Amino acid sequence: MSGIYHPTVASITLRATLGRKRALLFGLPAVILVLVTLAIKAAHPATSGWVSGILGDFGFTVVIPLTALIIGGSVLGAEIDDGAIVHLLATPVRRSTVIMTKFVVASALTMLLAGGSELVSGLIATGGATKLAMGLFVGALAGSVIYNAVFIMISAATTRAIAVGLLYVLVWEGLLANLVGGVRILSIGHYSLGIANAIAHDSSLHAGLSLTTAIVMGAVVTVAALGVAIQRLASFSLRGDAL
Amino acid sequence: MSTIELAGVTRWYGTVVAVNDVSMTIGPGVTGLLGPNGAGKSTLLHMIGGFLAPSRGTVTVGGASPWHNPDIYRTLGLVPERESVYAALTGTEFVRSTAKLHKLPDVGAATARAIAMVDLAGAADRRISTYSKGMRQRIKVAAAMVHDPAILLLDEPFNGMDPRQRLQMMDLLDKLGAQGRTILFSSHILEEVERLSGTIQVVVAGRLAASGDFRAIRRLMTSRPHVFGVRSSDDRLLGATLLGRPAVTGVELTAKGLQVRASDYGAFCRELAVLARKHDIRLLELLPSDESLESVFAYLLAS
Repeated sequence: MSGIYHPTVASITLRATLGRKRALLFGLPAVILVLVTLAIKAAHPATSGWVSGILGDFGFTVVIPLTALIIGGSVLGAEIDDGAIVHLLATPVRRSTVIMTKFVVASALTMLLAGGSELVSGLIATGGATKLAMGLFVGALAGSVIYNAVFIMISAATTRAIAVGLLYVLVWEGLLANLVGGVRILSIGHYSLGIANAIAHDSSLHAGLSLTTAIVMGAVVTVAALGVAIQRLASFSLRGDAL
Repeated sequence: MSTIELAGVTRWYGTVVAVNDVSMTIGPGVTGLLGPNGAGKSTLLHMIGGFLAPSRGTVTVGGASPWHNPDIYRTLGLVPERESVYAALTGTEFVRSTAKLHKLPDVGAATARAIAMVDLAGAADRRISTYSKGMRQRIKVAAAMVHDPAILLLDEPFNGMDPRQRLQMMDLLDKLGAQGRTILFSSHILEEVERLSGTIQVVVAGRLAASGDFRAIRRLMTSRPHVFGVRSSDDRLLGATLLGRPAVTGVELTAKGLQVRASDYGAFCRELAVLARKHDIRLLELLPSDESLESVFAYLLAS
């Protein structure tokens, strides 16, 4: 019986995901983050007060979630939309294995692109492998994983995954999590900031959650989202085309 | 292991009833699921294929419920209607991946056998994105057959195929059916079912309208006259004679011969031969002109 990760599912997912035109967008938020960092660094080479705002707030609530949304949406949502997923599901592979494998692929791609851009930007912004740069990098890796779990759940639950995901990123993470204090406990951006701050110890990061809270809540959200995604895919239905 | 059974199966979406109290048993051989678009064919196939739960009733494939049961795909192959496949893969990669997902002991041999079966060996190393519609359908069949399942479901397999590709696919399904597999395909094209399948399940407006051999079904519909085209050595005399028989409800003399409407298929065929011999008329041609599935279909729809 299949475990939680299936190399063939991963290989098909990776080939299909990178083979879509949408793949050209995967690196766009990451490139924008590096370019913005380069531009600000060039304009203000002596100051570092902007780093947490750009790499922390903008990076964790815009760049990483958008990258995860595009990738997470592609590994599952796009296959559901065009019907290719049926070829994968019409095999004895457990649907929990399909979800977990796609989650691993999406998280790895997001960590590579969004995490990589946070690392490069952090190194440029702080002038080397500083605690702040490393903290932002680790926070970005954690955010990549948690965001992907949520976007894979959204992909499994709705046919409008990109629209729902965008709404979540802009309204919940971008607006409410920064304006309403209580929402932080349910904000992936703030979990990432909490983890980043545990390494960076930098008050300018505006981390509203402790490391323990961030890890526990991040794990709870990840497990719950993947659980819902597995349950949704297990009940994946095809409707008659004429209905 | 290769029997599909539906018992009192109903499926509704909100207030729309897509399939209404359908019961059928499908065994080895080729069976056509016939009906117009929107009749509920895809809904039935999705329920049999484990991609939809019935709202009421039971569906079993080889004795097991296919819903929430991925193990069913060890004995079931599914060829969905939608053309989408993993277009970035080559044909071989696609079929090989499916063989790996089935954990087949000899992936290479199974892949080669499945691709040879659909006659795509020459194009197997090309990306699927470069395939024609017919080739895509065939590579889907190869992937669905790679684990040598006893049951194969195909949703509108001839859609988008040119006549040559249709014939190739029909021959393939014929062959698979003759091997003792249960092949169930859906179609709204009457000629496809007529050419390929002696057994049909006719679905109209979500209900099973008829089931069995399509010609036998037609004969059972006694309330509608059967139309025959007859050519003979003396059409005028034969027409006049036939009009006196109770099994004949109308005769028309045309340039191509007689058009005879009969209320009883069997009685007319027997009486025609007797009358022809009695009046020394030579029968040149007897054609049941409304025996096509189209007429069966039109009748079922009208009723």
